[in-house]
Amino acid sequence: MLLIECPWCGSREEPEFHYGGQAHVARPADPSALSDADWAAYVFLRDNPKGVFAERWCHSAGCRRWFNVLRDTVSHRVLAVYRMGETPPEAPR
Amino acid sequence: MTGRTQDFRLPKGGVIDRSRSIRFRFNGQWMGGYSGDTLASALLANGVHLVGRSMKYHRPRGIMAAGAEDPGALVQRGLHDEPARTDPDWRATQTALVDGLEVATIGAWPSLERDMGAAMGLASRVMGAGFYYKIMHGSRWMWEHVQEPLIRRAAGFGDCPDEPDPDVYDHRHVHCEVLVVGAGPAGLAAAVAAARSGARVILAEQDERFGGNLLGRRRAIDGQDGVDWAAAMEARLRASPDVRLLPRTTVVGYYDTNYLVALERVTDHLGLGPAAPGRPRQRLWHIRAKRVVLATGAHERPLVFGDNDRPGIMLAGAAQTYLRRWAVLPGRDVVLFTNNDRAYEAALDLHAAGATVRAIVDSREAPGAAMPAAARAAGIRVMTGCVVGGTSGTRRVTGASIMKRSTHGRAVPYALDALPCDLLLVSGGLSPVVHLFSQSGGKLRYDPDRVAFVPDRSAQALGNAGACNGTFDLAGCLSEGAAAGAEAVRLAGFDPGAARTSFAVDEPDASAVAPLWWARPAEGHEHAWGQPFVDFQNDTTAHDIRQAVREGFESVEHVKRYTLTGFGTDQGKTANINAIGILAEALGRPIPEVGTTTFRPPYTPVTFAAMAGRDRGEYLDPARLTAIHDRHVALGAMFEDVGQWKRPWYYPRPGETMHQAVARECRAAREAVGVLDASTLGKIDIQGPDAAEFLNRVYTNAWSKLEIGRVRYGVMCREDGMVFDDGTTARIDDTRYLMTTTTGNAAAVLDHLEDYLQTEWPDLRVRLTSVTEQWATVSIAGPKAGILMGRLASGQDLSPAAFPFMTWRPAIVAGLHARVFRISFTGELQYEINVPWHQGGALWDAVMCAGVGLGITPYGTETMHVLRAEKGFIIVGQETDGTQTPLDLGMDWIVSKKKPDFIGQRSLTRPDTARADRKQLVGLLPKNKRLVFPEGSQIVETGASRRPPPVPMLGFVTSAYWSPALDSGFALALVAGGRGRIGDTVAVALPSGEQAAVICDPVMLDREGARRDGHAA
Ligand SMILES: [Zn+2]
Repeated sequence: MLLIECPWCGSREEPEFHYGGQAHVARPADPSALSDADWAAYVFLRDNPKGVFAERWCHSAGCRRWFNVLRDTVSHRVLAVYRMGETPPEAPR
Repeated sequence: MTGRTQDFRLPKGGVIDRSRSIRFRFNGQWMGGYSGDTLASALLANGVHLVGRSMKYHRPRGIMAAGAEDPGALVQRGLHDEPARTDPDWRATQTALVDGLEVATIGAWPSLERDMGAAMGLASRVMGAGFYYKIMHGSRWMWEHVQEPLIRRAAGFGDCPDEPDPDVYDHRHVHCEVLVVGAGPAGLAAAVAAARSGARVILAEQDERFGGNLLGRRRAIDGQDGVDWAAAMEARLRASPDVRLLPRTTVVGYYDTNYLVALERVTDHLGLGPAAPGRPRQRLWHIRAKRVVLATGAHERPLVFGDNDRPGIMLAGAAQTYLRRWAVLPGRDVVLFTNNDRAYEAALDLHAAGATVRAIVDSREAPGAAMPAAARAAGIRVMTGCVVGGTSGTRRVTGASIMKRSTHGRAVPYALDALPCDLLLVSGGLSPVVHLFSQSGGKLRYDPDRVAFVPDRSAQALGNAGACNGTFDLAGCLSEGAAAGAEAVRLAGFDPGAARTSFAVDEPDASAVAPLWWARPAEGHEHAWGQPFVDFQNDTTAHDIRQAVREGFESVEHVKRYTLTGFGTDQGKTANINAIGILAEALGRPIPEVGTTTFRPPYTPVTFAAMAGRDRGEYLDPARLTAIHDRHVALGAMFEDVGQWKRPWYYPRPGETMHQAVARECRAAREAVGVLDASTLGKIDIQGPDAAEFLNRVYTNAWSKLEIGRVRYGVMCREDGMVFDDGTTARIDDTRYLMTTTTGNAAAVLDHLEDYLQTEWPDLRVRLTSVTEQWATVSIAGPKAGILMGRLASGQDLSPAAFPFMTWRPAIVAGLHARVFRISFTGELQYEINVPWHQGGALWDAVMCAGVGLGITPYGTETMHVLRAEKGFIIVGQETDGTQTPLDLGMDWIVSKKKPDFIGQRSLTRPDTARADRKQLVGLLPKNKRLVFPEGSQIVETGASRRPPPVPMLGFVTSAYWSPALDSGFALALVAGGRGRIGDTVAVALPSGEQAAVICDPVMLDREGARRDGHAA
């Protein structure tokens, strides 16, 4: 069970959070301008890296805020948390 | 009373309280022991070695170890005295002796001494590696009728209680800076170094007593006896603030971010039953630690040779522990078989205690110096370059056959000597207990000098200290422990002060060890000397492992599964490393290339009751009740779970079946007036200047022009264009809306909306608040609903003419300030009356009271489903499964063609979502009107258009009910290209045969919609 630091509330147990998949996948400004293939790529395709991954979490049972997490998918270590709109920090070694 | 006397208890010594005698029963026979005994030490004191029978071959098995690693001495506790509390598979080595304890052998039938299944021992050649897999791939009939019942009877591992567990089990969640696991010398040193720094320290120890190996060895630390030193350290810790000592607590799991789970046996040691009223039997600790120090010790490995499983064959270190800690002489005629120097001390200790040590059989040509010299000085014969090839005896070992090793390392196939013995000590070296380290994600390294896997790279904030780190000497354990404790405190942000890391210990060098994975007889004689067991609980032999290799298995994980090595309740604590060594030899590869199997939690078994804790029965899941719940209970409602809500399902009258009750409720709503508690619908208050724009983007239809006081139905999609939720939204004022969601989806919808608001459109000025539990909702429906509403809201004209469909207004209803919505999920004239939550009960009473004489009838979710299905209204999750677009559901009218963008819009023109042959929502009427198809029934073509098998599936039934209004069964269904097939006959495939049905419009009742304004036909 992860311990996740909500940027607004502090460290909380994983069951308080809701996972939101890969971060920094912006919704296209004008979906109608996209080809079927490009739109399908936005809707369906996500990275699945072994190692550092930027992903979204929502503090559903707390402040209800969405935020970003850098997590190592091998060790499950939470490497950094940062707010929506912020640029991802360098992953610590 | 017949009984045994403690003939093998030494007259003095041991860490036991001889002033407190204890009587216990083993297989019905009374025996005596002392406070401080385990069941195992007490049995040995009474000369009992035969404790159980092995699982597969039912061979007699004894006590091999003195701790958690023992594979065979499993007993059933309290089967007759406390049948509801009885537990199978108690390890005798970890069961505290308690007065009146009743234990029995498991897995033996009809009795331990005369076991029928032992005859199966003859079948061991036939039941070799992969036995279970092979017979399961044989005849299915044979498996079901012959083999499985036989195996289940023979392989039974104890009896489960038939009754609910009457005891209380607790969970506790704690945080600490430093968790020390294990209170042997390393763990005690670590905890002492960490204490008094201000950091919160927890020390967890599976044993009831702190000290670990110090309790079973003759050692002095700084001139103080080891047992006394441990007691002094414990006292010091007990006096330290911020230190929590947890004896009888096994850390069983190590999870992410230093989250560890530990099982505390709170009152198990006091006996079963009412020994400790008011206290839990066990407690599961959930510990989140900044730093962890693992000081979990090491397990001694047995050696693999012919018939190495007889009772009386015991790990050398265990015998030493029984001798010193419990003052028990496990045998009087002793042979030691070892591949290392460390085990010599056991022979010396037993010799000093008066036993006859016939020989030390050492597989090495050149053992170390000090220990063999000490043995020889004591007059003990040391046979180097020799192995024990086989043993004799049935219920107890009676002798050992000694063989010379050839230059190839295999045993010369004739006995050099045959030594009588009643205790054969074995030692294959030490295996660090790396289980928790490995669970934490840490990587292991094979150390050829220590002949052991040791911790290498850590993945979490932890340190290893002592034997679990491969440091087997006492001085090393103490200094490593103290350093690890101080380091943990420092890394947790506290000052450990000046840590002491040097301890004066007098201990001979006993580190020399050489691998011996199998004392393998020479070619052609491999089966001549009995079964070389590797896993004593699963009866896996060295032959099984070599056979698995011959059959093509190479991966250690596959061999483990094929041979069942390491699968038992002991998880192969004594078996796994030997198995890896034998596998490596068979494959001709070095051990690091073979690797280890995965160490999984729990370290030792955890009862389901402890895992459940107090979350049993009605506490398993929180139940959400509406403000009107007690009224439903009083009316005798049957309830169904919708999410966590308890919703009235139907209200049977005395003698009524469900079918009759639902039919009555349906007729009332269609002919008079029905009343439904609709409080559970999700409700979201939406506020802000951009609320309308937000609704435009999340719903498929347009919201900009919705006037204050009006209500609109909306469908929400995900980006893939599939329907996610539906419901009505009302405009409350200029910048405020109230959205309703389906009951089970309320939290998911709120998360979904917050997601877009916070991450995609943070510029929109909108705020969302869940108000589900702020508004209680009573819905009245039926041709007489208007009259009822008039009675409830006297002086206000809420008639259909004055209060149009799909509007809402504030009103005083039964004297309460209410919001009344004219919406309809039944097709009838319907009012949804919302009042503040706490007034729900009062509103319900007023409605029931005012309905007297109108035939008012409460109805539940089942009737609601029938009424809405007759009108073709979908339920998200019933008609949809995440693969239906609004167009599939015939809702073209609700999908805006003008809006530039909404969630899911772009996906509706993807080639797949635009296909003409997608499954579409239709109605389905059975030719045989009495039929109600089971939901999920498959629909296929009938007649000439039917293709030969495999018959393609056209679709399936999503909802089906009996309709009193139609006087027929009916269904909603998803059928490929269904809307173009109205009037076609199809077949519904039922287990009893096919049934014909006609595809029709999903709206089956009142297509013109006259009823919703109260104009009943
Ligand atoms: Zn938060």
